[in-house]
Formats: sequence, C-alpha cells, structure tokens
Amino acid sequence: MSNWPAETKYIGQNTPRIDGAVKVTGKARYSSDIQAAGWLYGMILRSKWPAAKITSVNLDKARQIPGIKAAVRARDGAFTVRFYGEEIAAVAGTSKQACLDALRAIEVQAEVRHEFVVNETEARKENSAQVWEGSANAPANPRPRENGNVDTAFPECAAVIEGFYSTPVQIHNPMETMGNTVSWTDDGLTAWSSTQGISSVRDGLAGALKLDHSKVRVVTEYMGGGFGAKFGAGVEGMLAAKLSKEANAPVRLMLTRFDQALAVGNRPSSFQKIKIGATADGRLHAFEAENYGTAGIGAGGDSGGGGGGADIPMPYIYQVPNTRVKQSAVAVNAGAARAFRAPGHPPASYGMESAMDDLAAKLGIDPLEFRLKNDPHPIRQREYKLGAEKFGWNQKYQKPGSSPGVVKTGIGCAGAAWPAGGGSRDTHGDAQINPDGSIEFRFGVQDIGTGTRTVIAVVAAELLGLKPEQITVRVGDTNFPPGPGSGGSTTCASVSPAVYDICQKALQQLQTQSGLADARGENWFAACKKLGVNPLVVHGQWQQGLSADHACGVQFAAVEVDTETGLVTVKKVLAVHDCGLIIDKLTLESQINGGVIMGMGYALYEERVMDDLSGVVLNPNFETYKLPGLADVPDIEVVLINMPERGVIGIGEPATVPTAGAIANAVFNAIGVRVGSLPITPAKILAALGKVPPAVAA
Amino acid sequence: MKKMEPENRGAFSRRTFFKSLGTVAATAATAQVTSVAAELEKVNAEKIIGPAAVPVTLKVNGEKLKLMLEPRVTLLDALRNYSSLTGAKEGCDRATCGACTVLLGDTPIYSCQKLAIEAQGVEITTVEGLAKNEKLSKVQQAFLTKDALQCGYCTPGFVMSVTALLKKNPRPNAADVKHACAGNTCRCGTHPRILAAALQAAGIETASKTEVIDYV
Repeated sequence: MSNWPAETKYIGQNTPRIDGAVKVTGKARYSSDIQAAGWLYGMILRSKWPAAKITSVNLDKARQIPGIKAAVRARDGAFTVRFYGEEIAAVAGTSKQACLDALRAIEVQAEVRHEFVVNETEARKENSAQVWEGSANAPANPRPRENGNVDTAFPECAAVIEGFYSTPVQIHNPMETMGNTVSWTDDGLTAWSSTQGISSVRDGLAGALKLDHSKVRVVTEYMGGGFGAKFGAGVEGMLAAKLSKEANAPVRLMLTRFDQALAVGNRPSSFQKIKIGATADGRLHAFEAENYGTAGIGAGGDSGGGGGGADIPMPYIYQVPNTRVKQSAVAVNAGAARAFRAPGHPPASYGMESAMDDLAAKLGIDPLEFRLKNDPHPIRQREYKLGAEKFGWNQKYQKPGSSPGVVKTGIGCAGAAWPAGGGSRDTHGDAQINPDGSIEFRFGVQDIGTGTRTVIAVVAAELLGLKPEQITVRVGDTNFPPGPGSGGSTTCASVSPAVYDICQKALQQLQTQSGLADARGENWFAACKKLGVNPLVVHGQWQQGLSADHACGVQFAAVEVDTETGLVTVKKVLAVHDCGLIIDKLTLESQINGGVIMGMGYALYEERVMDDLSGVVLNPNFETYKLPGLADVPDIEVVLINMPERGVIGIGEPATVPTAGAIANAVFNAIGVRVGSLPITPAKILAALGKVPPAVAA
Repeated sequence: MKKMEPENRGAFSRRTFFKSLGTVAATAATAQVTSVAAELEKVNAEKIIGPAAVPVTLKVNGEKLKLMLEPRVTLLDALRNYSSLTGAKEGCDRATCGACTVLLGDTPIYSCQKLAIEAQGVEITTVEGLAKNEKLSKVQQAFLTKDALQCGYCTPGFVMSVTALLKKNPRPNAADVKHACAGNTCRCGTHPRILAAALQAAGIETASKTEVIDYV
C-alpha cells in the first residue's frame, strides 16, 4: 500500500502543463531550434542502392562548394550498404543550400549488388537473395515453444478456426525528426539532441568517440516526440560530431522527413497464422501459431519467440492450456526496426483479438462474453463490464454481418496488458530551495511530450503545500542527476517517487533548521527564510512502494463501413484504462487520446510500402504515408479506473495497444467478413466483400 | 540579350517565369521547343535575381527583418535559419504537415513552400507574434487550458491555422475547425483537444467526457 496522501489538492486533478505557455508561443527551443554560436547546417548523403559495395567516396568536389566547412565519410575504406537510405557521407556548411549543392558533388563509386530482397515473404524462401552474405534471412525451422499438447487438444475442441492476420511495418514519424546539434571541441562534446534518452545518447556518443562520459553533455530541453525511435545518438549523431570536429564549429544535423522513413527505426511487420479452438462451453483449449515479421537488416536468425525484434507475445493476454508457437524474424534489405510504443503488443493484440472474434462467431457467442470467460484478469474483467455498460454494448451488439443497408455499422472490443510501466530505481533528482522560498527541481530525464515537468511540479506542489506554478522544474541535461530514458511507460512512475523522497527530506531538514513543526504551505516561506543566505540542496531517488507496473486497459470501438466505397469511419472509441494513482488527469487523458489515435492509424492508414524491384521505400513522406487527421478522429471517451493503492503506473503504451484490434473487430462485426490484414484500406474491404477481382499475383 | 551560361542556371526570377508561362505555353503548342527557350531567355533576361544572395526585407510580427538570402531560400528557412524565429517548425519541408504554418496577411500558408523573396511586402505573422505584452492570445490560452498539445512540435502550426480561422469566422462549428486544420498533422494524437481548444477560443465550451471510477 502506497504512502501517497489520501486527500489531494493537485494530484489526480487537471493541471495544465507548466511548459504549455512556452510551447504555444514558440519560445520553447526544441533540439532542432538550437542556434549555437557559429553553427553550421549538416546533411547526409544516403545510398540510392538497396545493396552495394561502396568502393570509394570522393569528397573533394563537395569541399569546394562555397560555404562548405566539413565533409566526412560514414565509414572508412570500402564498405557494404544493405538498404536504400543507408548513410554514405555527410557535409556541413553555412547554409542548407550549400549542403544540398555539396551532396550532389560527392562522387561515389559502387559495385551495385543486383540481388536484394525487401519483401519478408520472399526473403524466407530458400532461393532468396541473402541480406547478410552466407547467412539465411530467417531460420528454416524455428524452435517451437510449447505448453500442454496441442495435437491432442484440437480434436477435443467443439469449434476451431484458422486465420491469417498480418500487420505492416509502421514508421514512428515523430513530428520532429531525429537529429542533433553537436559541438565538439578540445574541452569536450555537447549535443543538443532530439532524444528520449539523454543518458543513453551520452553513453553512446562517449563510447563511439572514445571520450570520457564526463566530457560529453547531452541537452534536450524540448523535443518533438520519439515513440521509441530516439534512444540513441544514431549514425546521424556520430556524423554530426565528426563534422563538428572537422569544422571546429557546432553542427546542426536534423534528418529530413525522407531520411526519417528509411534508416531510423520502425515497428516490425507480423504475419500471424493462427489456429485456435475452444470447448463447447466457450473456454479456450488449444492455440497454435506461426508468426514471422521483419525487423529490416536488424533481423535474421532464430528468435525462438524471444529476441530478433519481430517476435510478439502469443497468445497475448489469454491463458490457453495447450499452445505451440513458432516465431522468426526475417532479414530484408531495409532499415532496422527499433522499439515502437509498446513493442510487440499492438500486432499481438490485433492478431489474437481478431482470432477471438472469429472463434466467437463460429461458436455463436457474443465476443465480449467470450472474453469475460477467457480473460481471468480481475482488472480487465472490471474494465470490460464498466465499459460495456457505458458503451451500451448489449443494446448495440448484433451478429456479424447483420447490419442492414449500404453503410453498415459494427462494434468491437479488445484488451491490453503492459508489463512495464513501473518506475526505474535508478532515478535521481535534486532540489534547490532558496531562502526566498523559490524551489528548483533538477532531473536528468527528458520530457518526450507526456508532461514530465508537470508531473514533477504537481507532485512537489502537493507534498510541499505549494502551487504547481511555484515549482521550477529543469530537465533534459546530463549535468543533472541521472534518470531513465522515456520508454516503457516508466517516466512518470520513476520521477514521482523521487520527488516524494526529495520533498520528505526537504521538509525534514527545513523543519529542523527553522524550528517550525510543519514547513508546508503557509509556513513554507517563513521556513525558507530561516535558511539565512545558503540555499538548501536536497538529493533524492526513487523509492519502493510508491509505484507499480502492469497496467491493463480495454477499448470499445464503433465503426461505419461504406460497402460501396470500402471506407471505414470510426465513430467512437471508448477507452477504459487503469494506471494506479492518477497524477495529472489532463495530461493523462491526452496520452490516452494519443494512444487511441496512433492505434487508429495502425488499423486503417499506416504502412511502409517498398518496391520489390528497386528496393526503394515508396512512401517516405506524409502525402503517401497517411496519418489520422483531425477530420478522421472519432469521438473518444475515456474512463479512468482509479487505483491509488497501487501507486504510480505509466499509461503511454497500454493506451495504444488494443485500438487496432477493437477497430478490426468492429469492421468484422459490421460486414461479417474478416479483413485479415492491417491497414484496413477501402481496397481490402471491397476485396473482402467480393466487389473487386482479387489482385493478380506478380 | 544576356546569354544563359551554365553557371547562370536558376538565375531567373521565379515570379517572372510563372507570369510568362501563360503566353509561352500557348506559343509552345505550335512553335518549336527552341523558340520556347528563346522566349524564356528573353523574359528572364529582363530581371535576374541571384543565384547569389540578394537583400530581402520581410515584415514579420510588425518588425522589419533585413536578410541576405539566395533566392531559393524558403520563408521557413529564412525564419528558422537566418533569424532566431524558430517558432514555425520544419516537419516535412513539402507542404504535408503544416508545422511551418504562418500567416501571410490573414492567410495561413505553408512557409516551407513560399520563397522568402516572394513573401516581401506583406505582413507575416508567426506564432511568436500572437502574444501581446506576454499575454497569450485567446487561441494560445485555449490550447494551454485544454491541453491541446503534447510534444508541442506541431502546436505552432495548429495555433496559426486556428487563429486564421477565427479571423475569418469568429463562430466556427466543429466541421469548420476540422476543415481549417486539414493541412496540419499531429503525431502525439492531440486532435480532440485541438478541436475543443479551437471551439473554446471561439467561446464555445465542450465538456470533457473523461470519467474517473474507483476500482475498489
């Protein structure tokens, strides 16, 4: 049981983010806004070949372009590139225009390999081109992971379905691309990074450039989103550092939107062949699955359901007594995958939840009832029941395909589990309390957009009896005490207990020094005044018992499907989530909205498309890689299950997990036919309805 | 007539080029390609700007911004990289994300698709120009109150699009807001809050639908 106060003034309320004003006025300096004195613009030359041996890179002509101050190779000597967009060289100059000219002037000699493969299904074939020479793209026979005995269990089932469910490669596309401004002098290196992990960027730069960690400082005051792709300095960070050293000036090297789609991460695809059976009383009895997906060049080898980047948790949140699961990661000539908001979970949820509804339909039972029977988790049980009532599930539910008319309506639901979300014990922070009563918190974490500064201010204000706007919060600097990366939905649960620790210690010391029995609230300024001339500096760190992990969450979706155009319109999503003690309801709701909308993009719009013949990414920009817009976004209702007794738990990831599954099931419910492939495009809807001839295989 | 040497590539005014295109295109239908080239040469020879940097004066947020820019420098590039006005953001550099939205007069434009030399003579408003004497504009205040932002990188663009909408239509409905923001992209998924903020700035309050229910 947590020690958080039972009665609160700010915790659990709506506090507008404390850095909101600088963000809405344009005053916030994002990493891409940094204008260090004498800064140069940097750009990268990328491979136009999906596979080639680069034999020489001549930078002489590039260096002669007016304004160009440095030019570096991505690697020394001859080297191999394995995907379209791999880094070859970089330049820095006084303007973007000079850099554009210089990139065109770089002379690259290459032995182009005509054998390459970008399609994961092709890459698994025995005669496929090899991404890594002498090594198979995927294991021929991945090791099965087994529980019970599926071979005897399937014949015991009353109903069995077999389905094939696939999900595309999804691109992170944070609004601010990856990149850094790097200043590398004899005194050390400073990088203003667009990162979600200032410590991991510092360690990465120090390691790669052979510098003491103490000589590398990473600053991230404001950054424009990451979603898992921005933990490291990346090749672009190393290149910016080398350019800075050569030019003896700070270099700002932000990726272009095109670059961003090629080389800095994505969510692996999945191709899930699922066979699932239940007994006559509607209990899951047997589950057999084979899944493969690609993590680009970052795959290859037997994942055995663990590692390799493309494996997903199967059979996801359900307990099935007899299971056999085979998984493999397939290498293709494309940029490597990176962590992406709840890695593995959205594809796992989509596949399994689709199979659940397909099986429920075969059994002839309501899919919600089927879930309540087979998902024993007490929190999800409560969430499903509450959500069903609020959503009007029983009134709205009709058998799949029974909606009349041209525009059919349907509803669906799906569940989530997120094992992380707890705090990192390696979270440290300082607070400086000045005699004038002002207080400044310093944390070596970064705000990825979730409102970390605001969380720190809300918790401190609550515990010290102040207002959030009286708390100054500084984050995003490795000169501050170290904290975790913003990943795994852990930041809120990491910093909140550390703030708690700092506040307890601060009050104790203030009370001792001032002689006041309670230094909080109205006594705060009097107590601080007694400090005399020296500020009080308090160090604190994460404490056990104030946070927890493992959040659940369920979502319900209502859709309309136009059976003449194939267009799916999401009318409503009800998101029922738990995350322990609610710190700031306003920013929490924002994260849930964001999770739902990103999940909706995954369900209906997003997909990296590659050309098999040229190996090129065909949609490396927003006009072809479609994200949900304001007009697409449905009515989103949020129900928060308040569980203060669990302490603080993160929400960023669980909120995006079940959306695609819920929407896909709502589409199935509307039209009565399964579209077993994300994104659910109009073309796939019309094909599923038999309204267009099937695509001719190449 | 000045002969176009290879080093003069791009050394014509884009404006004159487009202006002349109408008549040239009509000629092209009947004449040889070579005569089209000659026609273009004649038109472009009249006024050559660049390719080297030329003086450019922009009127931004009520102040004159004097810069030396190559004619190919976009308005966004000029603001972000030749001055300290980094409020307008670069998200795509090709008119698909709207993070770079500024007002040209009262019209919201993608500043990444406007050459700086073409933006002279018209009042330009960036997100930095909305707050007067440290007081947030109605739209900015509504974005803050409704938490219509997360990472905040797309926010300046949305704020400008909504500001432009309210100038034209002080009492918009939800459909108007959706239409006005059709050119803006957000990846954090703040859309419902942006809608609520835009309506609040127009004096229309929408209630939050969030409900908190105790587990125990």
